[in-house]
Amino acid sequence: MKYNSMDEANRAVIEKISGSAPFLVDVVPAKDKIKELTEGKVLLHAGPPIKWEDMTGPMQGSCIGAALFEGWANTEEEAKQMLENGEVTFIPCHHVNAVGPMGGITSANMPVFVVENRSEGNEAYCIMNEGIGKVLRFGAYSEEVINRLKWQKNVLGPTLSKALKLTDNGLNLNVMIAKAITMGDEFHQRNIAASLIFLKEISPYIVQVEDIDNKDLKDVIKFLADTDQFFLNIAMATSKAVLDGARKIEEGTVVTAMCRNGKDFGIRISGMGDEWFTAPVNTPQGLFFTGYSQDDANPDIGDSAITETFGVGGMAMIAAPGVTRFVGAGGFSDALTTSNDMMEICIDQNSNFTIPTWDFQGACLGIDARKVVETGIEPVINTGIAHKQAGVGQVGAGTVRAPKECFEKALEAYAVKLGLI
Amino acid sequence: MIYTIVKKNSYQDSINLMLLTNSISTIEGVNKAQIMMGTPANKDIFKTAGLYSEELETAESNDMAIVVDTDDENKMSEVLEKVEQYLKDQSISNKGNDFETVRTWDRAKKALPDATLALISVPGQYAAEEAEKALDLGLHTFIFSDNMPIEDEVRLKKKAHEKGLLVMGPDCGTGILDGVPIAFANVVKKGRIGIVGASGTGIQEVTAIIDRLGEGVSHAIGTGGRDLKEPVGAITMMDGIRALENHQQTDIIVVISKPPAKEVRNEVVDLLHSVSKPVVTIFLGEKPTQHEGNVYQAYTLEETARIAVDLAKGNEIKADYNQGNFEAANTDLKPSQRTIKGLFSGGTLASEAAVLISDALGLGSAITNEDGYVLKKDGHIVVDLGDDKYTQGKPHPMIDPETRARFIDEAGADEQTAVILLDFVLGYGSHDDMASALLPSIQKAVSHAHNEGRTLHVVASVCGTETDPQDYQAQKKKLAEAGIIVKDSNNEAVRTALAIVGLKVKDVQKAHVDAKAPAKAFDLTVSKEMEALVNNKPSVINVGLKSFTDSITAYGGRVVQFDWRPIAGGNEKMRKILALLK
Repeated sequence: MKYNSMDEANRAVIEKISGSAPFLVDVVPAKDKIKELTEGKVLLHAGPPIKWEDMTGPMQGSCIGAALFEGWANTEEEAKQMLENGEVTFIPCHHVNAVGPMGGITSANMPVFVVENRSEGNEAYCIMNEGIGKVLRFGAYSEEVINRLKWQKNVLGPTLSKALKLTDNGLNLNVMIAKAITMGDEFHQRNIAASLIFLKEISPYIVQVEDIDNKDLKDVIKFLADTDQFFLNIAMATSKAVLDGARKIEEGTVVTAMCRNGKDFGIRISGMGDEWFTAPVNTPQGLFFTGYSQDDANPDIGDSAITETFGVGGMAMIAAPGVTRFVGAGGFSDALTTSNDMMEICIDQNSNFTIPTWDFQGACLGIDARKVVETGIEPVINTGIAHKQAGVGQVGAGTVRAPKECFEKALEAYAVKLGLI
Repeated sequence: MIYTIVKKNSYQDSINLMLLTNSISTIEGVNKAQIMMGTPANKDIFKTAGLYSEELETAESNDMAIVVDTDDENKMSEVLEKVEQYLKDQSISNKGNDFETVRTWDRAKKALPDATLALISVPGQYAAEEAEKALDLGLHTFIFSDNMPIEDEVRLKKKAHEKGLLVMGPDCGTGILDGVPIAFANVVKKGRIGIVGASGTGIQEVTAIIDRLGEGVSHAIGTGGRDLKEPVGAITMMDGIRALENHQQTDIIVVISKPPAKEVRNEVVDLLHSVSKPVVTIFLGEKPTQHEGNVYQAYTLEETARIAVDLAKGNEIKADYNQGNFEAANTDLKPSQRTIKGLFSGGTLASEAAVLISDALGLGSAITNEDGYVLKKDGHIVVDLGDDKYTQGKPHPMIDPETRARFIDEAGADEQTAVILLDFVLGYGSHDDMASALLPSIQKAVSHAHNEGRTLHVVASVCGTETDPQDYQAQKKKLAEAGIIVKDSNNEAVRTALAIVGLKVKDVQKAHVDAKAPAKAFDLTVSKEMEALVNNKPSVINVGLKSFTDSITAYGGRVVQFDWRPIAGGNEKMRKILALLK
């Protein structure tokens, strides 16, 4: 190891996190940035690697929707056939600089945000938020869903791309996150402030876009104004870009990714590079929409835990008193306890993102896998809850814990790699 | 039928769970119950208690295991409800704390950057490791935990000494730092008498008497019971004496010790002859015959306190502090009734009783200990019910009346018993109202004997002060109204019990002689850390039992609560890996 101690290595990693400079620079079809998507029928998915037959309902539903959207199949049956026959290659989003919410299913022609981390010169991608209700990420694939995806491909994506190109340098995401965290967002369960800031920043450019018809303009603004969680996917791409920049330091025990595929929870730590350490996922606990209950909940799924890895989301519960009830926590004092607990497993605090409701302490910075194992405090993740059947969609929201077995396995492997055991 | 419930990831400290166990055991229809964390050691205790089940194997160190023996399966829902309620009430009462709660040393130091002291009450097998971390952070360390190997104690104390720090303990039950009671301690006026003691209730008895005599205590530094044994060499006591010598507000130094190793004792006494302040010493089991130079030697704890108070007040020191009328009226004993049964919650109080009774029997004053029996002669017994023998998986008798109630039953049934001799220790940590808790058993024993035509005498002392959290006067009154002979000190209580069975301690008149010059010169200077400890109110990282924060916050100390759990949930493999990844 080229550092004198684990603490020193970890410090180097978190300095890259706090020193990052993420900018939203473009929206492009996924295939423009991810060449793997042009090599036959390929789908990206959330979490560590998984086979079709092991996927839970929502992810399978998303695959069917993606096949319909890409025109690989005309009917649900055809799509299913194709997937079951193994005609589609699956790659984890994380393996191609991307992240995806819930099922995380991303195909060649879906538009993705491009976030550039200028401190390290790397990029990360994430598909756009589709709003709530019947949406692909929760496994819905009705006509309404496919039509919305097509609209995003044909209208929303190109419009935002053009608008972003009119900005000087893209949108400075650290600034937007810093503002929104003081306005009660934690960037996983609540993004309403950040989404508004995004709308505020981008609208002057959207209205300057040439060759856009009036209806499309109205639809774009209406969609952005209606979609409270629009910024979530930008926050995810931001977190991914920042953490991928930081894990260029290939030493230390800082957690550099957390994600779930509905079956396994996977983490990466800085010292172990691309290797995943997995354990069976937990099922989120929380509040359910009328008519649904805990029995309907799909096991934990999605790459969105990248926000917690970055130090926001559940880790910054205290920043968002407004959602503490929604995610099942018992109120402000429980949110405070949660964030204080999370600080026990983090190395430092990110002074870029100070939280007023936490006496202006910075958000959590750098989950140390050693501290997770030492204390048994598992990182908390704020999450939407998908129905376990494909196509039903979101049925609630709550919290879930990252299983400590992942962290134990990672530390053991790292100790072996360093020749310590 | 045995039923098991394992509550995953529900950690509570052992005292809480013992109290909860007691509460569950009172449910009608529950034959037996035990609630503990699922550690390997605790599983053995379940086995011993005949409460082992297959399901128990699934419990891990951070899981709460509830095992209940009941004939009625439906009782289990009631049990579970009561457990949930207990835990919930606790979380409500936990709300609104004026201190932070943390789970790691890192956070503890951030929460209280100028902490001076770590108060450690984790299970014994982990105590050395946590104490070491505290020392590495530059903290003085008060180790309440017991069962620490002596090699660890020696290593920690040497390390602390090198760093200018003090290790109080292990098995240090009591302390007072600048008016702040620590762990099991009485609320005592601040004053000019500084104490270093290798005994818990010894310190409590001496400080409580000093308070009641109108004087006060600057600090009472506990050393742990083995400090004056050979391998440790009184490292803490000697550093404590130096600290008090250098502490301006301390005018008199009191040293309290259990029987020491001879070499170590001589070293300590030599140091005491080198200090500039008057000193009062008591080495339990030694019957001194004179005062030497600046060192006044006491036989009993009460005498220790009285000499210190007279020194503080500038009074002349008497040759004998044990004059007094200890006769009891109307003793009316049957011929069979010849013996004293001393049933103690305080270890040092038990030892003192044993010394005095043994002395009165003409058997000398040396202390023995066999299964907690510090005296077992001619039917007389003195038993320390706080001994490890009686506290495995059970709360200490200062907290819980159960074990002592059982011994009272037995003593009452024994037709040889003339006197039951008891101690009631008040102060932080102790039971809220032990008088009421024990009276039913005492009254039952007395009336049982009465029905068999015997008059059973009960003599008790109450160790406490007017400012203790319990009501000192009310405790005495409750006992007196129930016909118990209540004395102010353990010394008086023992002598009264002896008088009832017609025995008497022969006291000596002590002359004051000049001291021999110490064999060597001692360095009396102290570190700046030690100065900081004695010249400031303590700022405490409380590692373990949360109830210890009460006295600290109540008396102006600052505290951060460290909710300690075993590293990696007690997973040995991960613990080793963590130690390697530094």
